[in-house]
Amino acid sequence: MEGTEIYNLVKEMFTGPVPGFSAELDPCIEVEPVGIREVAAFLKGEDHLAFDALMCLSGVDYGERFGVVYHLFSTAHRHKIVLKVLVGKEDPRLPSLESVWKATAWFEREAFDLYGLIFTGHSDLRRILLPDDWPGHPMRKDYVYPESYHGVPV
Amino acid sequence: MEELRPLDDIGEEDLVISMGPQHPSTHGVLRLVLKTRGEVVLQVTPHVGYLHRALEKIAERVNYAQFMPYTDRLDYVAAMNCNLAYARAVEKLLGVEVPPRADFIRVIMAELNRIASHLIFFATYGLDLGSLTPFFYGFREREGILDLFEMASGMRLTYNYIKIGGVWKDLPPGFVDKAYEFLDYFLPRLDEYDRILTDNKIFIGRTAGIGILPADMAIEYGVTGPNLRGAGVAWDIRKDEPYCGYDQFDFEVPVGKGEMGKLGDCWDRYVVRMQEMRESCRLIRQALDRLPDGPTMGRVARVMRPKAGEVYVRSENPRGELGFFLISNGSAKPYRLKIRTGSFTALSVLPEIAKGWMVADVCAIFGSLDVISPEVDR
Repeated sequence: MEGTEIYNLVKEMFTGPVPGFSAELDPCIEVEPVGIREVAAFLKGEDHLAFDALMCLSGVDYGERFGVVYHLFSTAHRHKIVLKVLVGKEDPRLPSLESVWKATAWFEREAFDLYGLIFTGHSDLRRILLPDDWPGHPMRKDYVYPESYHGVPV
Repeated sequence: MEELRPLDDIGEEDLVISMGPQHPSTHGVLRLVLKTRGEVVLQVTPHVGYLHRALEKIAERVNYAQFMPYTDRLDYVAAMNCNLAYARAVEKLLGVEVPPRADFIRVIMAELNRIASHLIFFATYGLDLGSLTPFFYGFREREGILDLFEMASGMRLTYNYIKIGGVWKDLPPGFVDKAYEFLDYFLPRLDEYDRILTDNKIFIGRTAGIGILPADMAIEYGVTGPNLRGAGVAWDIRKDEPYCGYDQFDFEVPVGKGEMGKLGDCWDRYVVRMQEMRESCRLIRQALDRLPDGPTMGRVARVMRPKAGEVYVRSENPRGELGFFLISNGSAKPYRLKIRTGSFTALSVLPEIAKGWMVADVCAIFGSLDVISPEVDR
């Protein structure tokens, strides 16, 4: 199924939380944080969509806001779609999709670790790549590196 | 109801064991915390990040071409494949055409490196399970591939050979003959491997029916590559989303069949990789036979400034799907580069498939996933 068709189906189902679509390179649907879990469950659950695989989940610092980008794939229909959620920088919270795809569990931990995004409802939101006591979230564009870590110059 | 409690619940204390960060079977630096009751593992918690080098942050500080050597260090036993995956992502963003000869050379290099990577798997997996000979055999044959890579790139581990737009230089004189020679030498060795390990009764006892990863769970966790094919799913990006002209070649996608135990067990994941080496040999031979003449580099600017946009490009690496999510804002440096690796998702499924097995089986299960730490930690 083409990206625009998938967008139209989502748009029909959810009028509110799906503000935008772009098909420039990879077809991408923008979703509000409040609706992401329902949209994701819809995309996975419908037989003709059947997005059973999450290829990638990436945190992004878009400057004004943070973004989370989900790359989805259907092993049955071999089609793809991208979901994008933008959250404000003051309170970067969005629902965890752990209940939809288990693969998100580690990806969300990574986005939390490197960007400080809070995935509500996540069963085990800890740092994954950095040490537990590392200061701040280094992938943010405005991150200031610490001078030292436990007495070791960085 | 007190008396109906299972026996092993009474008077026993759970023991927490830390396996790693330095442990012979962890293939790099990785720590697994095991909660055990006697010999049985109740829970496995992987702790990763020991090899985190902030490659994604570095990518935002260097220009597109300068990031290429860092991809070598992603999965250092399959550096050609990592070069290729990154080059493809930037090429899609730039809209560059790769000349046919470069595509063929890429296929030859990627498949040679796939064999080299699977040989390391074969070597170390034998060692994990107490068989020493495969270790020597695997590394001996890998030397032949490294010699070929050294001829072409001057390097034996981190090649930096596949470049954005093509390959660094054309194949040196004598490379093609030497590659044929290697194939002729290597194929009979594979039969030898089967005799020494694949059909070995002790090896089958250690792997068949152990650590079963069913297809639906594999997809749910984003597991890809040989681990997914070991679960019986014929999904291979080279076949299903062909790149570099893989659709012009004739090759099979081996899948697990549960021949020795159950579908998706350790033996299935192992045997898929052994068969893939044969398929890679077929691919290399076809590419060598039909190697076209022509340039090996497309038209690429010295400093690349792709127009603003976001792409996700994935390639079939020895350890599954290697995806690059690349955001350009029109400048010479990537705005954001996210690296999705096969090892990361494969490791995330370990707690699920390793629980309930013996401590010794954890080595067998972890080894069968062929996870490499630098690719997990990036």
